[in-house]
Amino acid sequence: MKKSHVFGIIVIAAAIGVIVSTAGDASSYVTFDEARALADKGNASKIHIVGTLKKDEVDQIVGIERSPDLLSFKFIMVDENENEQTVLYAQPIPQDFERSEQVVVVGAYHKDTFIAEKILLKCPSKYQENELSV
Amino acid sequence: MVHYFIGQLGHFFVVLAFVSSLVATYSYYNASKKATWETFSKYTYYIHFIAVIGILVSLFLIINRHYFEYHYAWNYSSKFLPIYYQISSFWNGQEGSFLLWMFWNVVLGLVIARTRSIWKSAVMTVMSLSQVFLTSMVLGVILFDIKIGSSPFLLLRDVVPDNIFKINPEFIPEDGSGLNPLLQNYWMVIHPPVLFLGFASTIVPFAYAIAGVWQGKYKEWVRPALPWTQFSAVTLGVGILMGAYWAYETLNFGGYWNWDPVENAIYVPWLTLVAGMHTMIAYKKNPTALKASLILISVTFILILYSTFLTRSGVLGETSVHSFTDLGLSGQLLIYLLLFFVGTIVLFAWNWKHIPSTDEEVSAYSREFWIFMGATVLCLMAFQVIIPTSIPVWNEIVGFFGGNSNLAPPVDQVGFYTQYQLWLAILLALLSGTGQFFFWRKMDPSKLMAEIKLPLVVTLIVASVIMLLSKVDEIAYLLLLVASIYSVIANTKILLRLKKTNLKLSGGSITHIGVAFMLIGILFSSGYSKILSVNYTGMIWKKDFPDEVNQNNLLLFLNEPRQMMDYSLLYKGMRKKVEGIGYVPTSMLNATQHPLKLVANQTIKTGGEIVAEKGDTLEVTNNENSYFEVVYQKASGRTFTLFPRVQMNNQMGVVYSPDINRTALADLYTHVRTFPDPEQEMEWSEVSEVTVPIGERFFINDYVATFTGVESMDQVPNVPLGEKDVAVKALIEIAGEFDNYSVEPIYVIKDQMAGRLPDISNEIAAKITIQSINPENNSFTFGLQSGQKDWIIIEAVEKPYINILWIGTLLLAIGFIVAMNRRYDEFKKMRDKGLEA
Repeated sequence: MKKSHVFGIIVIAAAIGVIVSTAGDASSYVTFDEARALADKGNASKIHIVGTLKKDEVDQIVGIERSPDLLSFKFIMVDENENEQTVLYAQPIPQDFERSEQVVVVGAYHKDTFIAEKILLKCPSKYQENELSV
Repeated sequence: MVHYFIGQLGHFFVVLAFVSSLVATYSYYNASKKATWETFSKYTYYIHFIAVIGILVSLFLIINRHYFEYHYAWNYSSKFLPIYYQISSFWNGQEGSFLLWMFWNVVLGLVIARTRSIWKSAVMTVMSLSQVFLTSMVLGVILFDIKIGSSPFLLLRDVVPDNIFKINPEFIPEDGSGLNPLLQNYWMVIHPPVLFLGFASTIVPFAYAIAGVWQGKYKEWVRPALPWTQFSAVTLGVGILMGAYWAYETLNFGGYWNWDPVENAIYVPWLTLVAGMHTMIAYKKNPTALKASLILISVTFILILYSTFLTRSGVLGETSVHSFTDLGLSGQLLIYLLLFFVGTIVLFAWNWKHIPSTDEEVSAYSREFWIFMGATVLCLMAFQVIIPTSIPVWNEIVGFFGGNSNLAPPVDQVGFYTQYQLWLAILLALLSGTGQFFFWRKMDPSKLMAEIKLPLVVTLIVASVIMLLSKVDEIAYLLLLVASIYSVIANTKILLRLKKTNLKLSGGSITHIGVAFMLIGILFSSGYSKILSVNYTGMIWKKDFPDEVNQNNLLLFLNEPRQMMDYSLLYKGMRKKVEGIGYVPTSMLNATQHPLKLVANQTIKTGGEIVAEKGDTLEVTNNENSYFEVVYQKASGRTFTLFPRVQMNNQMGVVYSPDINRTALADLYTHVRTFPDPEQEMEWSEVSEVTVPIGERFFINDYVATFTGVESMDQVPNVPLGEKDVAVKALIEIAGEFDNYSVEPIYVIKDQMAGRLPDISNEIAAKITIQSINPENNSFTFGLQSGQKDWIIIEAVEKPYINILWIGTLLLAIGFIVAMNRRYDEFKKMRDKGLEA
């Protein structure tokens, strides 16, 4: 076998390795039910969940609770299947939190609560603005 | 009055630019076959150039003159934006960033159009074709119900369907909504132009490669294209690092590189470009290198288009923080991408059998071998990043074929990319250290040993010393450190030799030293970045969290010192940055009608000197910005003050930026995570009463206060006094931890009714009201209420040896420039000898 062939095979193997590792390390978008099922099966991998903050009848956000030292907070999130779940986050509450129209939490179940490692907020985009504030 | 003319003029220039680029493409194509077309092509291109400049000037005038009837000016700028930020508001919007790209493209084209190269017409055909696509992005024309491009010259009323325009179509808003606060940084004035120049310039080597294959000059295109490739690599590289530096200074993720899709999308083509540049060096001796160069240079340009597609089509969605929203251009971008992609493949496939090839094996002791190895590692690095970055695209593709894929990017993206890039970087450092020896002389095993013996020994000594001094313990980090040190030493050896012979050839070794420095800098500043604000005192909700969750933030109350590692921290309050004075406590300033003017409500001193009297009008450059003064005192005695920033913007919400204390060995980086919402009213406790005679001391919230006296008032703000009305204020001095504060509650008798105007001291979180005046014993009864003391939550991170990274960047740039200079000289000599073809 020629040297360049050996070299080629190594490169192809590395490329396949990259694709396999991407598939292996990729997270996924799921719902709370699916996340819980994963956790029950002993799968501790972290997943993405898309949802909104829980609101009452008059459109007020409910269920946000700060820890007394202000360094962490809990909130209730409603996923795409309308399931509610308390989410815990070890960071102070972001200022824009209540303005967000969509929340993506990245994390995993720990006993009965969902521990978020990262929270991505989607705030109202200015491109969708249909009114001037004058 | 709505200024219609300037918008129409701008739009006219857009159409002219589009049409002239079409004509130029056609005529340069003809000129590449028949020289008689050349003059016509040149003048068409000049017209195109003028048109592009016309677009830029029109749009800039709209922003500069504050014509808020235009959506672009209204959306991205405001009346009080300084001129340098008016420039950066130019590329705040997507259309403007296309304009910037177009601008560089047209300038590069002009440079080529004016050279006397035989390549001119063919290269200009490709350049003009690209301009056709770029100008179409801002065309803003609707043809057969299909929107082509998004014009930056749209009137506000055509974009925002507000009711006011039904009543008054001529309505012009008073002010624009302002520039994105994250772009209000000096790096955002220079980083985008540099990055876009790098972006735009990748088309030049690509155009040469296409021209070479198309005209059957398979080898000859390399020489003129090589200096351009290096130019592109250095501008793109510097542009990326400027972006990293901007992120470090402005964003608050705590570093300079986050493996965000937008960053990856530009890092990947840079890697393939650098790989292509290396194979271009070896093209003469090795036909495989020639083929590799053709592929890599084309891949780079296609990846640039792909990255544009990724960041602007909205496909990234929530996976990235700084991608643009979809303007409905994704279809157009996709056509642009696919056309160049398929076109290149077809052209290459058609001519592939004509391109020289060889069956000969490269010897491991030839420089070609080492170049191939290096290029391969660079390509693997690129591949490893682009595959996961494209996850949203894979989902879309699966969805397009009716499937359902819910893949999300890796959760810990930094850890994920680092674990692979790290090992490849080790290989890269080893190759760049050894490969250079093969550039200058014929090698065999014994000669190679002789060459690398000394560098190896020195490396081991230096690495051992560094390892003893710093605590590099992880095996991968250790290997990277040793490999990088080896690269520095081996390349220094070559550099010293070149110093005696020909310094012009030193570009490669300087660049490689730069890269090795960067790797060392990244290793320490990221691998050993240390969060200082870790909360060891325990979290209140600790039991709710799994053990691995750390509390990385620290709560600081106003004027209460708190220990953090070996620093003592003290939060001294919120500040405004006043022109000519510096940081002034926000509580000493009152707002005025003018958004950039504030009035001092007391005498302001800095360092004992009076800098402003009560009632003076002071100016700030941006009143949305507030700063938190945090004093750091190290156990060793070193003291410094940081002013992390918050910007409160109506559109973007609350945006935090760090402040960094830089020393030679490490940076101390601090940003605020949150602070009490200024919109929220303070909650006050129940009133407790205290009766105090004039001149006596008493306690407010555990602070010593003195009731120094009473003043009668002729005027009370907001309360008109009649002839029989009386008003007095009590003067109270409070001794705080560091300063004295005064509060002056007011008692009014108006129309025989008592009115109480309390005063608040935010510093000690107290509200004081005069409850009653007791003339019988010359005393006042005060009502005291306490609230939550002002606080901030911060994160503080130490980044050791980050300066090595910046020094490496500088060396990288210098090395590239030296190399570019050499290759340009070579090209010029050959051209002047008439040997170019």
